[in-house]
Amino acid sequence: MEKLVDVKKLVREAKQRNFAKKTGTYLFVIAGAISMLAPFLWMISTSLKPLGEVFSYQKPWWHDWIPTSFVWKNYVQAWNVVPFARFYLNSIFVCAATTFGQVATSALAAYAFARLRFPGRDKIFFAYLATMMIPGAVTMIPVFILLQQLGWIDTYKAVILPPLFTAYGTFMLRQFFLTLPKDLEDAAKMDGCSYFGIFWRILLPLSKPALATLTTFTFMGNWMSFMWPLVVLNSHEKFTLPVGLAYFQSLHHTDWTLLMAGSLMMILPILLIFIFNQRYFVEGIRLSGIKG
Amino acid sequence: MLASIRNRFQLRDSTKEAIAGYGFLLPNLIGFLLFTSLPVLASLALSFMQVDLIAYPKVFEIVGLENFRRLFSDPYFWKYCWNTVVLMLAIPFSIAGSLILALALNQRLKGVVFYRTIYFLPTICSGVAIYVLWRLIYNPDFGVLNTLIAKLGLLLHLPLEGPNWLQDEAWAKPALIMMAVWQTVGGYNMILYLAALQGVPRDLYEAAEIDGASSWQKFWAVTWPQISPTTFFIATMSIIGGFQGGFDQAYIMTGGGPNGATTTIIYYIFNNFYEWQRMGYAAAISWILFIAIFVITLIKWRAFGRTVHYY
Repeated sequence: MEKLVDVKKLVREAKQRNFAKKTGTYLFVIAGAISMLAPFLWMISTSLKPLGEVFSYQKPWWHDWIPTSFVWKNYVQAWNVVPFARFYLNSIFVCAATTFGQVATSALAAYAFARLRFPGRDKIFFAYLATMMIPGAVTMIPVFILLQQLGWIDTYKAVILPPLFTAYGTFMLRQFFLTLPKDLEDAAKMDGCSYFGIFWRILLPLSKPALATLTTFTFMGNWMSFMWPLVVLNSHEKFTLPVGLAYFQSLHHTDWTLLMAGSLMMILPILLIFIFNQRYFVEGIRLSGIKG
Repeated sequence: MLASIRNRFQLRDSTKEAIAGYGFLLPNLIGFLLFTSLPVLASLALSFMQVDLIAYPKVFEIVGLENFRRLFSDPYFWKYCWNTVVLMLAIPFSIAGSLILALALNQRLKGVVFYRTIYFLPTICSGVAIYVLWRLIYNPDFGVLNTLIAKLGLLLHLPLEGPNWLQDEAWAKPALIMMAVWQTVGGYNMILYLAALQGVPRDLYEAAEIDGASSWQKFWAVTWPQISPTTFFIATMSIIGGFQGGFDQAYIMTGGGPNGATTTIIYYIFNNFYEWQRMGYAAAISWILFIAIFVITLIKWRAFGRTVHYY
């Protein structure tokens, strides 16, 4: 009898220990989430404050985080003091063109590398791989001089064209194509389907997840891209959002409410894309971490 | 007979395939040649030249190793190399943090996806907007960080006062390091760690439990060795990124200052090439950077074989 009680006690103790451990983990995880989110909350609250409240402590303390009155006009003003709408359109245009170009040329080249045999293929592929570790700074300088000689500085061409061709996207899609079964393609070839037909009607539809991952990654990278547009663009009406926001900051150094409103408007599309596409994201990162 | 005539007029299948191959490759290859491989060679050539594009006629003068000689006796170059290395102190903190977060999320909690999404936000949003935000957070007079420090001081009855983060030579680097840890800790590395943790075989833990190992012992004897390839991969990738990093945040938050304390190698390249139009000198620095990265890549290859990883 006594032994049985002991067992019950042991189980209860173990459960308690387990519960304590779980609670501790939850507390830790929640604390982590709060520290990740706090700067964003601060950003949102500042973007809605009357300007004076930014510069002074408020009482009670929580008015540091929740404005005494919500100044939605900040957003309108941020939109108007610099040509924000223009920056937005520029970014959407540049980003869409670059992303589409990168994914399209990568997919075509990846098909060639993964499925077609032609002399020099492996040597060219190795050259692609080798250039992946070259820092962007190395190629930036000659490309800049080239564009200058062509008279392309301060044009959209100069922002869009150089990053249009990536070894990275080609490599990623090639690896994905190699995992697809070849039977379908062989059957299509027997039926007289052209190479482009095979690529367009068989390979691409099968690769939708990989294409979605690559498109999402590339779009986000392009949306945030800063140094290259900064270097090649001079006139304000051509600025993309990151360059435009830096310009905004240089003009209105201490208009914090407007700067925060502008910054939030810049990251909003990225947040939406991420939240709705995060499945592709996580998959893409996992794939990248697996050797081979 | 008929077949041989047809053969003469029709391309062989392998030739057709080769033509198709080059055709598919071409759009990418043109860009690759024009904007990557030829520029690499051009950049090497530039590093042995003195270039003046403003003069008329333009000057492209071969000066041999002069750029590199100047570089090695350029105290600013060494200072900025040092800055770059110091800013990389963020890496061990970030990796340790990523692992701890991954271990916590791996405990079969409810709402893992929710937490993972939140942890990823700083990484996904990193860029000019976030740097403008952190410039406000680090504001000495009304930034949220110093406000909190002051409130903590009131609470403890201590005269606590936050530093002038971004304008103080001693505090600018720690400020950027803290921000970098916040930015990266819940990002790619944490997700790689989560995947790695899920790949550790269960029976290893069971065997350790039978031997009476504590959680702490299980971590060091099973988890840590099992996920060490991931750790090594993350570390090398972070170092490669670190060598090339530091421009966007310094440009937005400090302008490279105070007194050059946050200027990194890439920022120095930018200044030489864009602000001062010293193309040859900038190209020489970029090649030194390339060599540093190449060495790290070789070490990585040694460990992993020649597989290419990408983010």
